[in-house]
Amino acid sequence: MSLLLKRRHRNQWHWTDVAAYIYLCLGVVLMFGPVIWLVMSSFKTPSALMEFPPSLLPLTQKMAQSSGREALPLYTLTQADGTSREVVQLHRMGIMATIASPNHPDQTSQVSIDALTPERHIEFATDNYTKPLREFNFLRYLKNSLFVTIVATIITLLINSMAAYALSIYEFKGRTAILLLVIGTLMIPVTVILVPVYLVATKLALVNSLWGVILPGAATPTGVFLLRQYMLTLPRDLIEAARMDKASEWQIYWRIVVPLSAPALAVLAIFSVMWRWNDFLWPLVILNKSEVYTLQIALNAFQGELQVQWHYLLAMTVVTLLPVSLVFVFLQRFITSGIATTGMK
Amino acid sequence: MALDKAPDQEDNFLAGLATRLWHVTMSLAEPVMAGIQRLIGAKRMPWVFLAPNLVFFATFVFVPLLIDFGYSLTGGTHLFLSQRPWDGSAQYGHLFNCQNFSNPNSCEQDRFWHAIFNTGTFVVFQVSAMVLASLITALALNKRIRARGFFRAVFFFPVLLSPVVVALIWKWILQRDGLLNAWLTAFGGSKVLFFISPHWAMFWAIFVSVWAHMGFYTLILLAGLQAIPGDLYEAAQMDATSATRVLWRITLPLLMPNLIVVVVLALIKSVQTFDEVYVLTGGGPGTATLMIVQYIYETGFANQVQNFGLAAAASVVLGVALFFLTLLQLALSRRKGEAL
Amino acid sequence: MQFRKFVSLAALGLGLLPSPQAFAETTLHMMWYSDGGEGQVMQDLLNGFEKTHPDIKVVLDTVPYKAINESLPVQLAAGQGPDMARVTDLGGLARYFLDLRPLLKDPAYFDTNFGPFLPWMRVNGDTKSIGGVMTQMTVTGPFINKTLFDQAGVAVPGPKATWDDWAAAVKQVADKVKAPYPLAIDRSGHRFYGIAISMGSKVFDDKGEPAPIDDGFKEAAKRVVDWHARGVMSKELWGSVSGATYLGANDQFKNGQVVMYLSGSWQIPQFAKTIGNSFDWQAVPNPCGPAACSGMPGGAALVGLKETKHPKEVAEVLEYLASEPVLSQFYARSLFIPGHTGIAAKGLDYKTDSPLVKAALNVFVGQVKTTSPLAFKLQGYQYNRAIFNPVISRLGQVIVGEMSLEDAEKRIASDVAEQLAVARKK
Repeated sequence: MSLLLKRRHRNQWHWTDVAAYIYLCLGVVLMFGPVIWLVMSSFKTPSALMEFPPSLLPLTQKMAQSSGREALPLYTLTQADGTSREVVQLHRMGIMATIASPNHPDQTSQVSIDALTPERHIEFATDNYTKPLREFNFLRYLKNSLFVTIVATIITLLINSMAAYALSIYEFKGRTAILLLVIGTLMIPVTVILVPVYLVATKLALVNSLWGVILPGAATPTGVFLLRQYMLTLPRDLIEAARMDKASEWQIYWRIVVPLSAPALAVLAIFSVMWRWNDFLWPLVILNKSEVYTLQIALNAFQGELQVQWHYLLAMTVVTLLPVSLVFVFLQRFITSGIATTGMK
Repeated sequence: MALDKAPDQEDNFLAGLATRLWHVTMSLAEPVMAGIQRLIGAKRMPWVFLAPNLVFFATFVFVPLLIDFGYSLTGGTHLFLSQRPWDGSAQYGHLFNCQNFSNPNSCEQDRFWHAIFNTGTFVVFQVSAMVLASLITALALNKRIRARGFFRAVFFFPVLLSPVVVALIWKWILQRDGLLNAWLTAFGGSKVLFFISPHWAMFWAIFVSVWAHMGFYTLILLAGLQAIPGDLYEAAQMDATSATRVLWRITLPLLMPNLIVVVVLALIKSVQTFDEVYVLTGGGPGTATLMIVQYIYETGFANQVQNFGLAAAASVVLGVALFFLTLLQLALSRRKGEAL
Repeated sequence: MQFRKFVSLAALGLGLLPSPQAFAETTLHMMWYSDGGEGQVMQDLLNGFEKTHPDIKVVLDTVPYKAINESLPVQLAAGQGPDMARVTDLGGLARYFLDLRPLLKDPAYFDTNFGPFLPWMRVNGDTKSIGGVMTQMTVTGPFINKTLFDQAGVAVPGPKATWDDWAAAVKQVADKVKAPYPLAIDRSGHRFYGIAISMGSKVFDDKGEPAPIDDGFKEAAKRVVDWHARGVMSKELWGSVSGATYLGANDQFKNGQVVMYLSGSWQIPQFAKTIGNSFDWQAVPNPCGPAACSGMPGGAALVGLKETKHPKEVAEVLEYLASEPVLSQFYARSLFIPGHTGIAAKGLDYKTDSPLVKAALNVFVGQVKTTSPLAFKLQGYQYNRAIFNPVISRLGQVIVGEMSLEDAEKRIASDVAEQLAVARKK
């Protein structure tokens, strides 16, 4: 894999390089295309959202402003001889439309609507963003979401790294049993024990409190597993050396093992941030007062019984994407830089 | 150490801040922890480290699991165990009342068995596709290429989307009047109604979940690849070893620990798949993509008559099956020489 | 010592001073979901309420509908619900409703004006309690794309036309104009039951127990399956998802691809907004079967909940919102069909300038009269969703070819029986 790592000679291309570039470029289209599409769609009006064929850019009907009249929609009229011209539509009954030239709105004529194509131009429906941001208490929900995400991530990192440390560095009686428990529960999805967890939360008075969102998911088995696998690869002699120096177990944990595990911690941090930020089903069950809503609940309130207000839902989805994207940009550099500097694993 | 010398300029400040905070808080805890160690001895310290996690586990996983087991032995619709009438093994009887276990339609709970079979199919194909896709991507990203940071970010980005959003985006793309059909017709094909064909629906369910999560696994594998010492490759280059041989002899064996993490995590997430597929295909057409978690969710939560008992029995069955799967995995990874 | 004394004295003094709490301001929580702009309307009305009742503050907690349907029942069962909620599963949740009768200043007003709906909010056997205020009455019924009929040159079937007439007509239109969806019906058991009752299904046996599978049901089911086989209905709606998942055809209708769309009155505000000028759409009366020409009624109610700590204040809020001037404003601005017989009789001045919307609303208001009494009874039945859900779930499986119609009918019967058994197990 000189091969898969480096080019043979500086300026010579190996076939694997070409393949990698082709693959990655295709990947960009496939991975990022839908996201771009989400962003573009969030700027469309409700009726443009439902159109077929869908347009990438948000288009709306062009209107002709003429003095003394309300704005009229502009159409392209395809005439019998195959030529076309621009007209305004005055009104429409069934399949017949009354049209006129934009400059002479008084000289009207009747045509079949089949001959008319609407003229459209790009217009960003920023209303999708401004209206909900104004109307709903965005800052409060943002604050709640940030609180949950940050506090939960810190707790998760701390207690999971402690547990992983115990399970990787020590040999002790009962280790295998605990490991089995960890991995066994790793497999139980929260969704299937939703109701019993809710019962426990009511007994602990965690209903309608942000702690009720944070605590139940703090001891992620995934995190313990991930960190432990990483800690297993740490060099033992470092730890032994520290013990020789009379370092306490706690010091070994926080001075040696945790800093060495930074890349794995960063992976878990990304995982936890994303998971908390997007968490929906559990907060929906445990929170029912708007003071404590997280963004995901507030944003999904655009989903009614019979209709979904897509334009708002999409715009607010884009808004909620921004903070996690920033966190990711920061943390993902950390992972690679952490690995590069220590040169260890 | 890693935290002390992050190389990137921008990271220095934040990393430095994190390090300082870490030092201050941990030093504060030091006297307490040292005291505990003196009291109980170093031998028992691992339990102290495990304690917080175990307390949370016990409260929010084990106790609920026990309640769930209690539910599975009782009937009715009451929420509190004490009010629920005893039902013995009746719920399990309902689940396993089948004339022929290979044909879900002959079972009393036909949807449960459909869900089991579908989940099995989904897991096998989704995990293989996931591991393969993230491995290829990690290998491509590990090459010395321009704009690696950009490519890495692009492949990771879908991971940030919530499952509901992922499913909605793809649903639009795949529907009758979606982007994909617009392209198909533009290139002279005809529209395909993906969601009324059982095979297409399963295919897209797998595709979309791989799309959404592969970035995460790619990152884990990439971290592993970058940790493989460069001199190994240089030696291989001296001997003019072929690219495929290097892959099989050097890269994959050295990547094994990371691959195991990826397989285990992907498998777990795959069995738990719910919201993405639920929003994308709704479990249909018919029952073609109905997953086990969706069955449990609908039976115990979404139906008007919330049948906690039956749902709990199904989750106990799921739990037992998963436990054996875990044991199997443990055995397998042990044999690979990895102390799991 | 001196200092501590001072602090405790100060604290005592502060405690004696009248604090803002002394006005006993009560905060009530109202759980709400929105299909469109009605949340904003309710907020405006509540602001009006707070102005005249400074001692009561009402917080509108808007949630996704999913929370009303799935989380709220669990929250209520655990005694953790809000003070008021806008709910649709009236019968299913009735046991948690606060009886407003002893708390209201004028319970007779509720009896007169919410008469037909109050039984929906009661548990079996209860004939007296007042559960809440109807925020909306809905009626299911079809919309047609009149422009497509015009383009195809097919006459729109008249008011007494049967389902078979309509099926033939829409197929003819769709074939001519190449519309992919001649007939679309919401994927919902509730919608299906409009057809089933028109076809003569009795739904209940003589003892009032659900007996879903009868001749009328079979007639309706046979037709729906046949329509899918002949391409009158596309498999995309009923065939594509699993279980009782709801799917509508709003998008397709908006794009002019549907000739006839059986949905309900709640679509009107949205159609007004999204269809605009692109084509003429109309509401038409429900097609007929041998037994009736009925749709299904439905609706949402704002109810008080038993667990509240402030029943008196809850009643005060609901009585204010139920009063005629306030409630008319709510219906008129939300473009909802009134669930208040007084207002319905007087007629409403809907706040819209679209003639299409007014015409459609009037058709639906007229539909209330032709709705079969059985449809009202079914809607008020406590476990109606335990009937609707298996029906749609199993028919969906028939349509994609997973099981035969006979098997599906057996499954529906056993599914309904199973759910009832669970619900009644003490």
